[in-house]
Amino acid sequence: MSGALEILQPGAFTTVQDQGRYGYQQYGVPPCGVLDGYAAQLANLLVGNPAEAALLEITFAGPSIRILSPCVLALTGAEMELLHNGQHLGGWRSFAVQPGDLITMGIASRGCRAYLALGGGIDVPLVMGSRSCYTGAGFGGHEGRPLRQGDVLPQGILDRGNDPPWVERAIPDPYIPEYQTNWTIRAIAGPQEDYFSQSLVTFFNSEFTVSPQVNRMGYRLEGTKIRLDPGMPASIISEPSLPGGIQIPEGGDPIILLSEQTVGGYAKIATVISSDIGKLAQAMPGDRIRFQQVSVEQAHTIYRRHASMLARLKELDLSVQSFASMGRAYFNSEIFRSKVNHYLFQL
Amino acid sequence: MSRPSPQGGLYPEPIFRPAGDRGMLMELGTGIDPEINQKIRGLSLVLERTRLQGVVEIIPGYRSLAVIYDPLQTKPETLRQALLALYDELEHTALPEARVVELPVCYGGEFGEDLARVAAHNRLSPAEVVAIHSAPLYPVYMIGFTPGFPYLGGLSEKIHTPRLATPRTLVPAGSVGIANSQTGIYPIASPGGWQLIGRCPCPLFDPGHDRPFLLKAGDLLRFSPISRDEYLRLRGEQRK
Repeated sequence: MSGALEILQPGAFTTVQDQGRYGYQQYGVPPCGVLDGYAAQLANLLVGNPAEAALLEITFAGPSIRILSPCVLALTGAEMELLHNGQHLGGWRSFAVQPGDLITMGIASRGCRAYLALGGGIDVPLVMGSRSCYTGAGFGGHEGRPLRQGDVLPQGILDRGNDPPWVERAIPDPYIPEYQTNWTIRAIAGPQEDYFSQSLVTFFNSEFTVSPQVNRMGYRLEGTKIRLDPGMPASIISEPSLPGGIQIPEGGDPIILLSEQTVGGYAKIATVISSDIGKLAQAMPGDRIRFQQVSVEQAHTIYRRHASMLARLKELDLSVQSFASMGRAYFNSEIFRSKVNHYLFQL
Repeated sequence: MSRPSPQGGLYPEPIFRPAGDRGMLMELGTGIDPEINQKIRGLSLVLERTRLQGVVEIIPGYRSLAVIYDPLQTKPETLRQALLALYDELEHTALPEARVVELPVCYGGEFGEDLARVAAHNRLSPAEVVAIHSAPLYPVYMIGFTPGFPYLGGLSEKIHTPRLATPRTLVPAGSVGIANSQTGIYPIASPGGWQLIGRCPCPLFDPGHDRPFLLKAGDLLRFSPISRDEYLRLRGEQRK
């Protein structure tokens, strides 16, 4: 274990996260973990890490980093200016850096959260089986808090087995999501849709605006007020809450709960499907959101397609040389593009 | 889906509510009710012993059990049938006695700044508030809000007290408080509006420990009064 990254400037809110901490919600510990699992997994894939390696989740404004030891990096997720010793680099591809190099990131122009993966992973201590930072209770990640100037992050050891030496890799264009400002987020009615029999249709036919109150605990929306049925109480007996639950408090403005919450006390009209939480996490304050109702069965079909798409991507040769020769034509073909878009964004 | 019956208590049949594509809530009844919670506790214990295919995590609540599953390994209908079968067998399943956890609490003074206010609000002496608060065995219905925070039942009506008009920005870890009909203990320092009546010197949550949590849903909790000296002595032992 050695220091690999020195934080010169932390950005707006940068934390160390992995795929989450499971099994402790019955003790009041939320899963935490990366909010956009798709972008984070692809960043890890680019640098040769397993999917569960810890990386940086960067919110809105990126950090500046001095490199302390030779390593491989990749940035995915929100579109953000990325400079390597002053030279522009693109996201969604891996690149090698040397001690003394400077990496500077700008402000997100599209999307809200970017992921910086480091070959070998960020080797902060495991706390209850995960490296994810839970800032709310001050543990996990790097010292249980967002990064600060002067922090030094250790690099894990990458077990390459019999893999060939590192080559520059890139994610084929069709696998790169296009972040918009108008989002369609798929959701399943319930758990308490019976409290909203008169407003469920309104909910699924309305457009909401993302308020400035967004963080890893939740997204507060504004716009059409959603009303409970007459006589139904807004407060319910507090119950376990899962990521994606859409609470309706007294004022009628929906709050989407994310991965740093274990208990909710308001009735939930619907729940965002797990495959769309990553998309939601890329929405910025001021963006518009519409909810599209799907059944549990439809959500499971989407879930299986996402899983098989990721599995297929892992088997592709992502080295830049391979696209240059034969791959490019296929990746850019209409058939391939429409297939991937279909998996990513439609049923 | 049928509406919960207004009279409270156990439903004739549990209600299943979808909570997204990876979770469901099995709701056993309505109201905060020891009988419902006994069933939740029983079902949680049985589910820990009987690993159902595809179940990732179970989270007990006051009157419902959240079940998180892997959609690649099971279907909601399969899960529903399996959960109902376990629920129906509960009456014939032997369950261990609930664990009783005793927590030492130094009431009043610098550790319980609001004890006098709670006493005045209820026309009692501070000593009477302490006697009433430390008498019952409180059932731990659910853990949540912050890591290790117990939602307790059974606070005597004689000492119900409204929340503070202005919440404190920082309540120290171990603080024991009252808010309306609830009592509880803060495992980590956090903002809070509860009336603070005492403090416990033992940590309820230690992320670095191999058993990070003192309490679990289904436990019974009793507060036992200790002196300031005893508090400081126990606190010192924790530090070592």
